Parts: sequence; structure tokens; C-alpha cells
Amino acid sequence: MITELGHYALILALALALVQGTLPLIGAQRGVAAWMELAPTTAAGQFVFIALAFGALTHAYVTSDFSVLNVVENSHSSKPLLYKITGVWANHEGSMLLWVLILAVFGLAVVAFGRNLPPALRARVLGVQGLIGSGFLAFLLLTSNPFLRAAPAPLDGQGLNPLLQDLAMSFHPPFLYLGYVGFSITFAFAVAALIEGRVDAAWARWVRPWALAAWCFLTLGIAMGSWWAYYELGWGGWWFWDPVENASFMPWLAGTALIHSATVVEKRDALKSWTILLAILAFSLSLIGTFLVRSGVLTSVHAFAVDPARGVFILLLLTLAIGGSLTLYALRAPTLKAGGLFAPISREGGLVLNNILMATAAATVFIGTLYPLLLDAVGGGKVSVGAPYFNGTFVPLMVPALLAMAAGPLLPWKRADLAGALGRLKLAAAIVVVVVAATWSVRTDASILALFGIALAAWVVGSALVELAERVKLFRVPLGDSLRRAGGVPRAAYGMTVAHIGAGIVVAGITASSAWRTESIQVMRPGDSVVVAGYDFALTGVEELQGPNYTIQRGTFTVTRDGRMVARLFPEERFYTVEQRQTTEAAIHTTWLADLYAVVGDPDGTGGWVTRLYHNPLVPWLWIGTIVIALGGGLSLSDRRHRVGAPARRRRERAVPAGA
Amino acid sequence: MTRKRRRLYGVALGMLALGAAVALVLTAFEDNLVFFYSPTDLIEKQPPAARSLRIGGLVEENSVRRRADGKTVEFRVTDLVNTVAVHYEGILPDLFREGQGIVAEGSLDAEGVFVAREVLAKHDETYMPREVADALKKSGMWREDTAP
Repeated sequence: MITELGHYALILALALALVQGTLPLIGAQRGVAAWMELAPTTAAGQFVFIALAFGALTHAYVTSDFSVLNVVENSHSSKPLLYKITGVWANHEGSMLLWVLILAVFGLAVVAFGRNLPPALRARVLGVQGLIGSGFLAFLLLTSNPFLRAAPAPLDGQGLNPLLQDLAMSFHPPFLYLGYVGFSITFAFAVAALIEGRVDAAWARWVRPWALAAWCFLTLGIAMGSWWAYYELGWGGWWFWDPVENASFMPWLAGTALIHSATVVEKRDALKSWTILLAILAFSLSLIGTFLVRSGVLTSVHAFAVDPARGVFILLLLTLAIGGSLTLYALRAPTLKAGGLFAPISREGGLVLNNILMATAAATVFIGTLYPLLLDAVGGGKVSVGAPYFNGTFVPLMVPALLAMAAGPLLPWKRADLAGALGRLKLAAAIVVVVVAATWSVRTDASILALFGIALAAWVVGSALVELAERVKLFRVPLGDSLRRAGGVPRAAYGMTVAHIGAGIVVAGITASSAWRTESIQVMRPGDSVVVAGYDFALTGVEELQGPNYTIQRGTFTVTRDGRMVARLFPEERFYTVEQRQTTEAAIHTTWLADLYAVVGDPDGTGGWVTRLYHNPLVPWLWIGTIVIALGGGLSLSDRRHRVGAPARRRRERAVPAGA
Repeated sequence: MTRKRRRLYGVALGMLALGAAVALVLTAFEDNLVFFYSPTDLIEKQPPAARSLRIGGLVEENSVRRRADGKTVEFRVTDLVNTVAVHYEGILPDLFREGQGIVAEGSLDAEGVFVAREVLAKHDETYMPREVADALKKSGMWREDTAP
């Protein structure tokens, strides 16, 4: 009964989405206020019905209602409650339902926070949202209906892929989708602006918070996926340039460019049509990301839906959304009035450089990810593009971006003096020298490349600190004055500093973990010990245990260094009885400077176990750095100027940062 | 600075980035395109030793053996017409078992043994790697009833 109600609610939501996607747009064009007013009402209604549908599916999962096919295929009565709930979106149908739910939440957010948007713009934005919603709701109902019944109902379900019965993996998709779908708002704003033919600072001020929010969620979502791969796959690596990873990384790169270029539109009224294009691209790449993961066109470590009908439908959606918006862009972008002028060496120039490099990086990742697909489609043979390609193209593009990232914030708008800015970075250069020397003293075997990576990280962090010190005139005016100035620095500026410092931390983590990782694979018997990077790993035993819905083979390692106890590690090999499948749970002890990582594998049949031990330097910094980046984004988002909302007809507020 | 000059700089910078990207992509493609071979392809096309490539097929029944050192695994991969011997040092993926479709990346040694650097088995046991399914179809050994 509840399932049918959910199904019915989903159909009603589609009907509302169709109304939302047509009448308000026509109303805005013809100036019919009543039709425009339909947009907020239908958006709210859509949210209510999709939430009902989602609630109905969750109910079916929690009560283990095995008359619902989706529950049969992805759940089991013995599963812990948490994974029954997260099981709702751990499968194709449910995750698409989550996708539209988040879309509806964002639509509701536009209604709630967009009260002072001009009515026509709001109607158009919500109208475009309605169109996207219609497409995805139709996709759900026609090709991926989660509410189909199973007759006769089996006694129990088939269980959920054990790899997905995991905390980080449970919250990875919602965060990723908050990012993907968040870009639908900036996309809707871009399309609405193209229809209106007007982009101004106020527009950018509405768009930037949405872009920032989406970008923060996406950052965290990607990091969660990476973290999961790190401890769950047991390979000691955290990024494999797997197509599915790239799928989420491309919108992130475009989004990174977008949040930077939107600043230029907001502050300087320039780069308008480029920003519009980026908004379109960021969402298009999100759609392509969904397509790559959901249609199973690529062989990947975690592709899990292979159904040609779905692929064709998503391809159709992609063509309509991307093709339509780009056509609109081609027609209307030339009519956008170009704005403020600037010299190549200026804050704007720096942001343009960021944009060019981010967009180019996204393009190279795109080529590498889709080339095998293209080649196969034209019958050119089966190839795969491995990590070396991505490292070979992505890294050289990021190096100038990181180098320039230091100078950019120090340049004034319009016209700047590069020599002066570099002069002020002397202190950052000194920090680099100290850090590199310190690294060298610890790692005398360090390669030039590794030292360069560390230098880059120090450069980015150092220059961010220098920039902040400059803002508050630290040590150049009395300390009290500096503190007062620090209070006056807008949160958005702090946000930038924090996010850039986070990026530096991540760079250090990437460099150290790829340059100085130590790996050791061997067969060990209880009592054996192995030395990895100065740590003594002793296998004290392997025992059999029982988990809630799996059996465990748990190894115990005692890790010592110079005879002193460091940690005890308990890597597990779990066997899920329902699914008849095994998973690896790596045991990780972090010292914050490195991870000690242990995996116990199959028995060799003569009383020993294959074990894999790693010393992964600075890997924790990757997670810390990403959190710092997202924190910076959040800080920027909390800036009064954003929170006040769009000061549409109000006087522009004090936006001049002290000392800038 | 006139609008025209500014645009010129913009275009020049864009072209520079594009050129650099194209150069990077081409050099990276040169070395890093990894072609896929089925066991039959391996015999027919004889790829040079040491060249990085991917193979795929089913793990032959009763072929998995662990060497005395305990960490090197030897097995054979088949498309049910031809087979190739594979050596792999390390922990096999959790889903690896006989009869299962796998994809392995590595290179051939002088004796024609495939030395795998990486072995991928799918996370989903009902899912046959695309390349493996295609290879089986090509060798004429694809049976719909065994298909997922």
C-alpha cells in the first residue's frame, strides 16, 4: 500500500515538474504574473511528493518488504538497520530517486532563499529546474522504477554488495549528488540569464553561493569516495584515475573555475559569457558523470548498472540538456554586453589563468576518460587509458596553476605590478627554502621532483599566509590595529585563504604519498615480523570471529619502532554469508605524518597468510587538506554579503576589504 | 588597453594553453594507451614483449596455483578457445576465483607468460567485464545461459 502511494506520489511529482517546466517560462516571457507564481508552488509541491516517494521506499527497506523488487535485489533481513537505510540509494533506482530528491530540495531552497530575486528571473530559474526534474522523473518512472513489485514475494532478499556496506560509502553518493545537482542551480541561472540576455553583478552574487555550496559538497563527496577506496580496496592507493573517479572530478574542475570566474563577474562585471559557459559546462559534466556511472558504458572498478535502455535514455537527456543549453548560448551569448576592462597582469588576469588551466585540465581528463569509448564505438579496438596518461597531462597543468595561485590574490584588480607582488612574496620564498631544507634533512634520498612538489605546497601555503598578513598589515602597524583590521576582513577573503592553504596541504599529501610510499608483500606465519620503513610489524595471530551478517578472519599485528610499542592493527577479511562474497578491511594507524596500513589476505595453505603492509607518508594530509578546502568554501559561503541574499535594489554593501 | 588588445591577449593565452594541452595529450597517449587482447588475440597478433597491455577472459578451472614463496600466484586465463598463462605477485582481489571473468594489466615476458601488475575482478559477481564478454562472443563460446 505504502509502496503504491510512493509510486503514485512520484507520478504526481512528474506532473508538477512538467507544469513547473513550462508555464512559468512562458509566463516570464509574456509577463503573466500568475503563471510565474506557479513556479514556487509547483517546486514546493514537487519536493513534498518526491519526499513522500523517497519515504515510501525507505519504509520498504526498513521493514524489509520483500514484495518490492528493488528491496529484494538490494537488501536482506539480516542487514544492520543503518545499511538497510543507506541501501535505499546504494542501487541504481534508489540513487536516481535520491538524485531527484536533492534536485527538489535545491528547488525548494531557491524558493526559500530567492524571495528577493526579480520575479521573472526566479520563474525562469525554477522553470529550467522543472525541465531538468521532468527529464529525470520520466527516466525514473520509465526505465528505473524502484517501486516495482516482485510476485511472488521471496522469503528474503539477495543482500547488498558488501563493499557498499560501509559508512563512508554510504554517505559518498549523497554528497556527490549534492554537488552534481547543486550545479543544476547555476545551470538554471545561466540559462535564465541567456533567455533574459542580461548578466550583471547582482546575477553573479546570486550564482556564486550556489556554485560554492555545490563545489563544497562535491569536494567532500570526492574525498569520501577516495577515502573509501583507500581503506576498503586494500591496495594502499587513494586515487586510481578510474573513469568513475574522473566522472566526479571533471565537474569539480569546471566548478573550481566557475567559483573563480563568478568573482570576476561580481566584482568587475567582466568574463560574463565565459562564466555562463562554465556554469553550463559544470552541470553538463555532472550529467555526463551520472551517465558514465549509471549506464555502465565503461569498464571500471565500480560500474554497476548495465542496461542499454537506460543508457539511451540518459544519452537523450544529455543531448537535450547540453545541446539545448549550448545552442542557446551560441545564439544569445554575443548579445551579452562586455564589461570592465583589465590588463593581463591583474587580479582578473590571474583568475583568467586559473580558469584556462582548470578548463584545460578538465578537457584532458575528459579526453582520457572518453577516448576508449569513442575508439570502441568506431571499431578502433579496445584500449584503456591508464594513470600514467592522467599524471602526464594533469600534473604539468596544475604546476603553473599552483605557482600562479600564490601571486593572484596579491594583485589588485584592473592593473597590477607583478614585480611588486613577487617582491611581497619574498617571505613565502623563504618559507619554501626552510621547508625544502627540512624535508631534505629527513629524506636525503628525495628526488628533485618530490622536493619540487613539497616546495610547491610550501609556496601555496606560505603565500596564502603572506597575503593574509598583508591584508592586516601585520608588523607594519601596531598589533592592535592589525587585529582590528583582521576583524574587518570579509569572511569570503578568509575563505579563500583557508581554501588555498587546504590545497597546499593536499599537494604535500599527494607528493609525499606517491614519492615515499613503502610497500611490502609477503607470506607471514604467526610470530613472523617484517620491517617496513623502520616500523616492525609482527603478526601475532589470525582468528575467526562472527560479525552481524558476516564472518571475520582477523589478523593481529603488533607494530613497534625501536622496541617501543606504536600500535596494534586488526586487519580483517570479511565473508558475507548471504552474498557469498569477501571484502577486505585494511587496518590503518595514523601518526598524522604517515599511515601504517596492513591487510591480511588469503591463507597460503601451509599455515601462513599473504599480507600486505604499507607505510604511506602524509596520506592523512589529503583528508585534512580536503576538509580545510571545504571549510574555506563554507567560510566564504557564510559571508554576510551572501547571507543577506541578493541586495537586488538595495545599495551595494561595503564590499571593499580593508587594506585591499 | 583597448578591448581588441585584451581580446588578443586572451586568445593568445587560450591558444597557448590549448597547444600545451594537445602536446601533453599526444605525448601521454603515445606511451600510455593500453590495448586489450583476448587470449586468441595474443596468439594471432603476437604483441611485443614488455609492452604494457590488458588481457581478459575467464580464470580456467583448476589452474590456480600458488608458488612456494606463497605470494606469487600462477593461473591460466581462457576465452575457451585459447589460454594464456599468467603470473601475479600480490593479493588477488576478493572476487577472484576459478571460472570468474577477470581483466589483468601487465606485459608478456620472453617465454610468453603474462606477468600481471594488476588483476581486476568485478565487484559485482553478476557482472561480466565487457571486454571478457566480447572476447567470449568473438571466440564463439558465449552462452546466453551463462551470461549475467
